Amino acid sequence: MDQLVQHLLNATILGGTYALLGIGLTLIFGIMRLVNFTHGELYAFGAYCMYALVMLLGVNFFLALVLAMVLGAALGGAIELLLLSRLRGADIDTTMLVMIGAWIAMQNTEQFVWSGVAHSIANPFPAEPFVLGPLSVSWNRVYVFAIALLLIGATYYLVNRTRLGKAMRATFQDRDTAALMGIRIDRIHTATFALGSSLAAAAGALLGPVFVVAPTMGDLAASKAFAIVILGGLGNITGATLGGFILAFVEEIGAGYISSGYRDAMGFLLIILILLVRPTGLFAQKERIG
Amino acid sequence: MSRFLPWLFVALLTSVPLWLNDFYVLHVMITTGIFIIAAMSLNLLLGFTGQLSLGHVAFFGIGAYTSALVSLGFEVHLLPDFTVGLAPKPVWFAMLCAIVVAGLTGYAIGKLSFRVRGAYFVIVSISFAEVVRLVALNWVELTQGPMALNNIPALVLGADAFELSFLRKPAVYLLVLATAVACYVIIARLVNSRAGRAMIALRENESLAMSVGIDVTHYLVVATVVSAGIAGMAGALYTHYIRIVDPDIFLFIYTVTMVIMVITGGKGTLAGPIVGGALFGFVPEALRAMAIEPEVQWIIYGVLMVAVVYFLPRGIVPAIEHYMSGRKRSPAPAASEASQK
Repeated sequence: MDQLVQHLLNATILGGTYALLGIGLTLIFGIMRLVNFTHGELYAFGAYCMYALVMLLGVNFFLALVLAMVLGAALGGAIELLLLSRLRGADIDTTMLVMIGAWIAMQNTEQFVWSGVAHSIANPFPAEPFVLGPLSVSWNRVYVFAIALLLIGATYYLVNRTRLGKAMRATFQDRDTAALMGIRIDRIHTATFALGSSLAAAAGALLGPVFVVAPTMGDLAASKAFAIVILGGLGNITGATLGGFILAFVEEIGAGYISSGYRDAMGFLLIILILLVRPTGLFAQKERIG
Repeated sequence: MSRFLPWLFVALLTSVPLWLNDFYVLHVMITTGIFIIAAMSLNLLLGFTGQLSLGHVAFFGIGAYTSALVSLGFEVHLLPDFTVGLAPKPVWFAMLCAIVVAGLTGYAIGKLSFRVRGAYFVIVSISFAEVVRLVALNWVELTQGPMALNNIPALVLGADAFELSFLRKPAVYLLVLATAVACYVIIARLVNSRAGRAMIALRENESLAMSVGIDVTHYLVVATVVSAGIAGMAGALYTHYIRIVDPDIFLFIYTVTMVIMVITGGKGTLAGPIVGGALFGFVPEALRAMAIEPEVQWIIYGVLMVAVVYFLPRGIVPAIEHYMSGRKRSPAPAASEASQK
């Protein structure tokens, strides 16, 4: 029983960062109709920023997170302006191929610059875990969870309560009508991509100190983000949040009680299962034709 | 004249082992040929039905593993008191099994994943390949996991008196060439048939194709089965040539390589995967000869992919055709691009 509760607690904490990853990806898909293959690389970029700032330049741990998010947003904005803005109106396969190309180039640049060796990042939290009865969690993970929740809340506020968010939602519903209403679609696209990238970089910067930083870390993150987004329905922010927690629970329980070797397969199996049982997705309202 | 051109090309390729004594170049030609076969099979899905399947390497790998396991024999304990085993079988039988198993997987995956389209389909196809890779990695009793399957029998076709051995590179080269030609003919026949026209119709406009009575999912599944079978055959050839197979064969990067080959050459053209495959089969070797690090090689790959989408959106073969038809001062019919040889 204690073991189960511990698994559930671990899953909740993991779910926060999964949700963060999923929201970034689903926002970009919903508004730009773009499958963003570079999402995992922005996650890795965030983690490497953290490594470079904290371990090499000696920047404050908490300030480094903010800087990583800013740099992530800048990189995302640059990708959007350089590669995607000229392909506006191209079909989904074309932009997908461009993103795959960008993903390969980015990942190998990381590998080239930082070499294949994994790096660890020191964190300023006490080494002994936070203990509550039979349960224990490291302080670093508590911090990660709290920040993840804060960022999810901030994203909800941005999308639902601000002028920019209103413009984003309008673009999501009907791009052409939104343009007719005087919304500058190009800017919304750039802003959305930068926001999604920033969230991915934040997830990487949060999890980098928990695990280790390695060039291929982005692939696993991207595959999980895709699973989460499929679970929740592409473009559905609430779906992505719930999807993040669901994936974390399935993984944690699956790894704990079935086989830890298949931990990373759980997300994919979940996608396939959902398509078998409910092809319209868990939270999707409309027909999925992409 | 243009009718004989392809056969002239095949004759030229057939003569290669007669005058080429460099076994390294021959090795590159064999692996390139195997990848061209795989790229041709991907083109059937990507180019002719318009479905961006990014899990194609799964069929290639399933073919490789099936052929390796059937020719080596295996024994697995599914339940404590229930064992499934198979004694080693001849290679030709193993390769047939590879085609059948890959085709059946294609059928199951097609039935399952063509419930969705577009971005969903892409992600489902990736997921499928990743699941297969993780199974190959973790089901150690069957696949040896990361320890890989070793000592896979070399290519020997036929039996007893009619045995054909493909132990030497020139013979393997000719076998790969023959397979490639056979696959080309199969795909060409399929694409120019009624089923092929249905596939192209649904690529151009799925709703319209449905409205004229084309059973869209049926044709998509047919295309997937044929495509998966051919990819499985390519995988089987690969595994008996290299004689070792490990779960890395399922890496996403191999699918990406096939996609780059098809897109660069020209998707939806019969010659496209051959041109693109030859280009991307030799480019890495050329880069390696220039002693460029593998990361830089991949960066160049990625940049090339973006550049192709920007500057040659339809690929090399259609661009050449367009140029040729422009020189003849005949109007270039856009619709005929799909059925060009």
